Amino acid sequence: MRLLQIFLIIIFIFNLNLLKANEIQTENKIAKNLRCLICQGQSVYDSDSEFALSLKLVISNKIDEGMTEEQIYDFLKSKYGEWILYDPVLSRNTYFLWLLPILIFFAGGVIIVRKFYIKKQS
Amino acid sequence: MRFKIIPIIITLVFFTIFTIFFKGLKNSNIYTPNIDLEKKIPSLVFKSFDTDVEIISENIFNKNKFYLMNIWASWCIPCREEHEFLMKLKASGKIDLIGFNYKDNNDNAKKFIDELGNPYDKIFTDRDGTSSINWGAYGVPESFLIYKNKIIKRYIGPINSKNLTEIENIIK
Repeated sequence: MRLLQIFLIIIFIFNLNLLKANEIQTENKIAKNLRCLICQGQSVYDSDSEFALSLKLVISNKIDEGMTEEQIYDFLKSKYGEWILYDPVLSRNTYFLWLLPILIFFAGGVIIVRKFYIKKQS
Repeated sequence: MRFKIIPIIITLVFFTIFTIFFKGLKNSNIYTPNIDLEKKIPSLVFKSFDTDVEIISENIFNKNKFYLMNIWASWCIPCREEHEFLMKLKASGKIDLIGFNYKDNNDNAKKFIDELGNPYDKIFTDRDGTSSINWGAYGVPESFLIYKNKIIKRYIGPINSKNLTEIENIIK
């Protein structure tokens, strides 16, 4: 009986990790979506620069304060500009970027239709 | 006719792509943010360097004079280079220098100041770097020219003689 009690307590303690694990997961997810501004071609998650280390700390503080992912992105955008986000926001400057693949996709579709279907009919 | 148009289009496309990439090759690949002029300073709590007194940032830069907030650390080599320019700026007497000690050890920071001189009117400290992130800074060295709680100019990297004359012209 005593053994069972100890066993249950140990299991309970190990499960406490899961609570924190969720938080770390969102923290890592956010850090992966941020560009490390002072190192080239690295995300904040990958980088070990002083800037990235502090930024990771700020992210975990903000999560502790109860900020959502979106709010943290907005906060960092207001501080460092949109460049810090890997995912560019749809705006006047990025219409071309977002719409070009769709346009190319449709152009490809038109070419296929013209090549195969219309030729067959004629 | 049809056979002539296709090669022309291909060469045109090729040349456009070539010029875009060729021009891009010459661009600096170091990201410089928009230098936001006349931006109000963020409201933060600054911790004093020697004592544990905490001051709100708006109460530091509120007088009718120019301030240069300089982020530095004793481990930062470029900070040593820029230090002589900060000393010169202080010697002009027209500006208050606010030091912001970034992720540093108190003893090392004191040694640095003892060795190279202290140009700062006040020094604040940022042990873990979070205040700098909340301020919107990149790292060391970095300087902000502030007037009446507004950031007028921002210098990322060490201050050189060119920046020094620029600052001197502004604060004249």
